[in-house]
Amino acid sequence: MARILLNDVRKSYAGNQVIHGITMEIADGEFVVIVGPSGCGKSTLLRMVAGLEAISAGTVEIGGKVVNDLEPRQRDIAMVFQNYALYPHMSVRENMAYGLKIAKLPKTEIEARVAKAATMLELEPYLDRKPRALSGGQRQRVAMGRALVREPAALLLDEPLSNLDAKLRVQMRLQIKEMHLRTGQTTLYVTHDQVEAMTLADRLIVMNKGVAEQIATPLEVYERPASEFVAGFIGSPAMNIFTVDAADGRVTLPGGAVLPLPVPRGGDLRLGLRPEHLRTAQPGEAAIPVVLRSVERLGADAFGYGMIEGSEVPMVLRLPGTSQLSRGDRVEAVPDPAHLHFFDPVSGRRIEG
Amino acid sequence: MAEPSPLAARGAGRLLAHFWMVLGVIVVAFPVYYVFVASTHSVQTILRPPLPLLPGPEAARNYSDAFSGGISRIGGVSLWRLLANTTIVAMGIALGKIAISMASAYAIVFFRFPLRMACFWLIFITLMLPVEVRIQPTYKVMVDLGLIDTYPGLILPLIASATATLLFRQFFMTIPDELLEAARVDGAGPWRFFKDILWPLSLTNVAAIFVIQFIYGWTQYLWPLLVTNSNEMNTIVIALKKMISFADADTPWNLVMVTSVLAILPPILVVVLMQRWFVKGLVETEK
Repeated sequence: MARILLNDVRKSYAGNQVIHGITMEIADGEFVVIVGPSGCGKSTLLRMVAGLEAISAGTVEIGGKVVNDLEPRQRDIAMVFQNYALYPHMSVRENMAYGLKIAKLPKTEIEARVAKAATMLELEPYLDRKPRALSGGQRQRVAMGRALVREPAALLLDEPLSNLDAKLRVQMRLQIKEMHLRTGQTTLYVTHDQVEAMTLADRLIVMNKGVAEQIATPLEVYERPASEFVAGFIGSPAMNIFTVDAADGRVTLPGGAVLPLPVPRGGDLRLGLRPEHLRTAQPGEAAIPVVLRSVERLGADAFGYGMIEGSEVPMVLRLPGTSQLSRGDRVEAVPDPAHLHFFDPVSGRRIEG
Repeated sequence: MAEPSPLAARGAGRLLAHFWMVLGVIVVAFPVYYVFVASTHSVQTILRPPLPLLPGPEAARNYSDAFSGGISRIGGVSLWRLLANTTIVAMGIALGKIAISMASAYAIVFFRFPLRMACFWLIFITLMLPVEVRIQPTYKVMVDLGLIDTYPGLILPLIASATATLLFRQFFMTIPDELLEAARVDGAGPWRFFKDILWPLSLTNVAAIFVIQFIYGWTQYLWPLLVTNSNEMNTIVIALKKMISFADADTPWNLVMVTSVLAILPPILVVVLMQRWFVKGLVETEK
């Protein structure tokens, strides 16, 4: 168990930079999730920590030791791969014991650790099976077990749940969370799934195009997204973001309607409103006029998809599940003033109100 | 219930297919059978046409004679020695080829070093240079090294194998990168990765290549002919050739046929014994 320090870590391939300097400190026992769309460099970053990818510039420290030039095996890490990468010719037991055998641990110690992990992961009945005789979820657990028995300084997981079906994914997500609570293992977890990111993380790194857009707790990322990208990436359905013209405590909406709002400054601004932070207006109240194009009913909730009246700007509203609204209806939506997000139209960064 | 195969659909077509298959088997197998039949008759019977189509009464005598000195009388070397020589050469070639081609394929697939692709193409190009093409320089090298009439002389020039290297390369490339990475994270160095992971996964391929190369080594003719002068170092195929260089009437055909049977037998045994592995190695893609 150890602290991980990333200090201005960069990666370039043949002069083409793909990771643009990431700095962060991961505390001992912390569960940090790296989240972002595909191609944002999140796996590359993890693989640099693992030692599977060379670090072009900056330093990675694990447990107070700069590991830039160390082989993976010298870094005291364990990794779970997306496709599990189990050794196909070894039994579950041998798969889990292999790293310990190489580390020349005493036989009794190896057996004890494998037994403990097998109990925790409910793998005891399968210890003598080969991976090909296991289901996807069981293989995933073996991969977890193989990493856990090492009791590494840092546990690295690269999209470990993305090959499972939806139901199993939820189950494993809970199991991973529980396991982390029990072992207190410093963990770095890569995913593109925002639900996994939000539910598992102590802190999130939201990455986009090789840049860490925001490093913060899940709630903070949700409530105060640091940039327009983060605002659009975290939250489902995605936040409504559009350009408004602000002046004197008022904004002019794309369709021409005027709405009194506490604005941080005048001029063009990007305004972000989450669907769940819009309510329907009381009679006579100033509101955003939305013309619905379709309504998705999920039971508890319904989502209305439409456009701001007089414009082509799309708008999503969360409606009560019992809502009778349908295509063509006009809705007056009022934003919750406690949940307004303003972004700079050029830099995309958040403007504090 | 298994679906009936498309071939089973029409009786006449099926019959015709079987006819051709049986004919093919007869064409291939009959000469072999005839060799066996001839090895069970006396020289007189063999030389007086027509040769009987059924095994004769002389089998025991021919075979015991061949093993207890009959071959030494005509070839100057015992049948045991011939079989031992050929086994050593065939095993040496098969195992040597596997060792060398696995090592080179391992280097080419899993390591990044300068001129890696150049090395690969160099190996690839040697496909165009079988022993027959490079026979003069190879012979010269063997003479200079003093390897004429030795086992290394018989084996070494034949063990570099582009074919096996390419086969292993293709197989190694199907190993997912993540397996290698998992092993690295688990702490396995290059040698452990090879020994603990790559080798066990390659076993079926190794078996297939062993079968092919053992037969290749067993049936070598031109090179052993060139590089051996002493009868003591002959392989069985060369000895056969030497036995029948007499005038027809003087050739002890019964013993020649016994030798032929014994020359054919080991490759057949290897194929039969390793057939399961052999086929698995050629068709298996499971990972």
